[in-house]
Amino acid sequence: MNTEISGVIFTYLLTLAIAIPLGRYISRVFKGEKTWLDFMAPIERFIFRFSGIDAKKEMNWKQHLFALLTINSVWLIYAFICLMAQGHLPLNPDGNAGQSADTAFNTAISFLVNCNLQHYSGESGATYFTQHFVFMFLHFASAATGIAALVVLFRALKDKVTDKLGNFWNYFLKSITRLLLPISFIIAIIFAFNGMTTSYAGKTTFISMQGDTVHVSRGPVAALVAIKHLGTNGGGWFGANSAHPIENPNYLTNTVELVAQCIIPIALVFALGFFLNKKKFSYVIFGVMTLGMLLLVIPTINAELNGNPAIARMGISQPTGAMEGKEVRFGPVNSAYWSIMTTIISTGSVNSMHDSAMPVSGTMMLLAMMVNCFYGGCGVGILNFYIFIIIAVFISGLMVGRTPEFFGRKIEAREIKIASLIALLHPFIILVGLAVSSYTLVHAPNADWSVKPGSWLNNPGNHGFSEMLYEYTSSAANNGSGFEGLGDGNIFWNYTTGIVMILGRFLPIIGPLAIAGLLANKKYIPESAGTLKSDTSTFGVMIFAVIVIIAALSFFPSLALGPIAEHFSLK
Amino acid sequence: MKTYLLPSVKITVVLLVALSGLYPLAIAGIGKFTPGHGNGETIIYKSRVVGYAGIGQKFTRDDYFWSRPSAVDYNAAGSGGSNKGPSNPDYLKQVEGRIQDFLKHNPQVTRAQIPAELVTASGSGLDPDLSPAGAQVQIARIAKVRRLTVGQVTQLVNSHIEKPMLGCFGPSKVNLLKLNVALDELKK
Repeated sequence: MNTEISGVIFTYLLTLAIAIPLGRYISRVFKGEKTWLDFMAPIERFIFRFSGIDAKKEMNWKQHLFALLTINSVWLIYAFICLMAQGHLPLNPDGNAGQSADTAFNTAISFLVNCNLQHYSGESGATYFTQHFVFMFLHFASAATGIAALVVLFRALKDKVTDKLGNFWNYFLKSITRLLLPISFIIAIIFAFNGMTTSYAGKTTFISMQGDTVHVSRGPVAALVAIKHLGTNGGGWFGANSAHPIENPNYLTNTVELVAQCIIPIALVFALGFFLNKKKFSYVIFGVMTLGMLLLVIPTINAELNGNPAIARMGISQPTGAMEGKEVRFGPVNSAYWSIMTTIISTGSVNSMHDSAMPVSGTMMLLAMMVNCFYGGCGVGILNFYIFIIIAVFISGLMVGRTPEFFGRKIEAREIKIASLIALLHPFIILVGLAVSSYTLVHAPNADWSVKPGSWLNNPGNHGFSEMLYEYTSSAANNGSGFEGLGDGNIFWNYTTGIVMILGRFLPIIGPLAIAGLLANKKYIPESAGTLKSDTSTFGVMIFAVIVIIAALSFFPSLALGPIAEHFSLK
Repeated sequence: MKTYLLPSVKITVVLLVALSGLYPLAIAGIGKFTPGHGNGETIIYKSRVVGYAGIGQKFTRDDYFWSRPSAVDYNAAGSGGSNKGPSNPDYLKQVEGRIQDFLKHNPQVTRAQIPAELVTASGSGLDPDLSPAGAQVQIARIAKVRRLTVGQVTQLVNSHIEKPMLGCFGPSKVNLLKLNVALDELKK
């Protein structure tokens, strides 16, 4: 048991040890300073020349958004077509069929928006072509989109009055060539040497010791699993995701996957400090995020270690903790840590089945996604956090009776309206979705869909309600993990979660960039004695309070009906 | 719109070639030099492939160490857990059934000795391992069925316990396929 806890602590410390220098490196890349990967420059120049892009042209925030939304639309259409047609495309050794229109709609959006909710199983619902040319491509592209959007924010926060915020294509491509691809390459090699398959050979068969004939799905998994974590995507090769023995063969690969999914979000917090030369400010953000993370991780580990009280009552021993849905090679402590990291960071890969976790753990995972900015996904984590900063600045300003300012810019009605809308959007789309699905379940249990609403839920009572709550929360947070017992592979869930995912992705990118762009254009007010200091622990407490009030409290009623009620019924 | 559309399409094409084509091909090339040559590491017994080291298989016979219950019945063409919630009454009944079944086949064992993983399904349905306790609790049965001494089987189990990573990180475990192959070899 002790080795399990020390394993988790080791993993987190290793993450920090990599993330801090990586943050310095990221800041250098986007400042255009010298780095050791400058040998990529000719390749980048070739790509720009081929694509007809002038990477030196400065864009304002609106042009950035146009570029971002245009290329994302191209990917959406491309992904949708590939998924429907995959049965007729090459690289399909297992002979899998194309996806139905509603599944393809959901899947294409899901990977486009870095969510990776999977309403199909990789073994039968995708081909090697779509795994690589749709999913893995979007793993890179969606992560780079998020990082590029964040770099625009970095630029806007500088104390120069300007509407020139760098070039989107430049940020986007460099996120891939200087960051995502080289690190993925190293990670994939580590995976390959630890038993993850890399070859394009299809399914194989063997006769087991007991004489059963067993078919084994395989594939070129290692390359995809590397970027799946590094890009905080989470959409795995196999149905069981990183619980699958090929997708996560041992404790070492598990550690690497855990570290990989956390390093970029944490590094970006430090990159902000290096980029703006405001290191103390990034420590404050890091402190708030880490405090939030610990408040979620510790109760989860505790709940899983104590095991399931209903099973304890049967008189058997749970020496390691709750084991339903968990793998022996990782153990409940590590699975608990993973389940929180993957939900705060919006990865959504799993190494245990969240549906079978203890109700306290379920509550923490849901809260992690409801807040969605303790570290958060690649780029978008800090964009979400920025919204809470703006609101915290505004409220602090009101409390001391001064015009709120942030980094030398006045925050006025227009900015605060955008921030409030974005902050409220998240609970709005989750709870509306939940209301619609609950209504459908109760009033049309026999509707003639491939899965009747009456059979959606895999568990009765409060836990069944949690399954629906989790599905919409995960969609809105662009997380992608699930309480997978939910019968979500049908037209209702495919369309409703598809819409929630797309709203939950692009509005929280557009909003912060609009605020940042508007602020960057305002007159710069030098710091004075009356300025609210943004790099103090007082301000950190203020942000934390805003997050708790807005994000956590708006969800309290739904949590009370789901996992909290289940917790008390188990005791 | 045209200012952005054409570059979007072109850069997508180049990146598809690089990221979805060249990158995994390079990894596949490197994978050829790994122990399983990128196809997965097989276990060979009596010159035939009896499984993959990492992929769990069904062991339900009394003369083998049992593997964990599986929601997909160890069919490795798919994968997944039971997704049963901890308070689900049907699920709890199922667990109770597994406990009774285990006790019936292992009369030497008391309830309190059964570790949870032997009566709960894993996340992947393909869990290749047991905790050391999960293997040890089956020693008495194996010894009796195979007419070995308890000491012999205990020694075999102990020699198959894999220590945590670097000795201090993560759980200890026993790979069932390797253990059961060794068990068959013992009898030769």
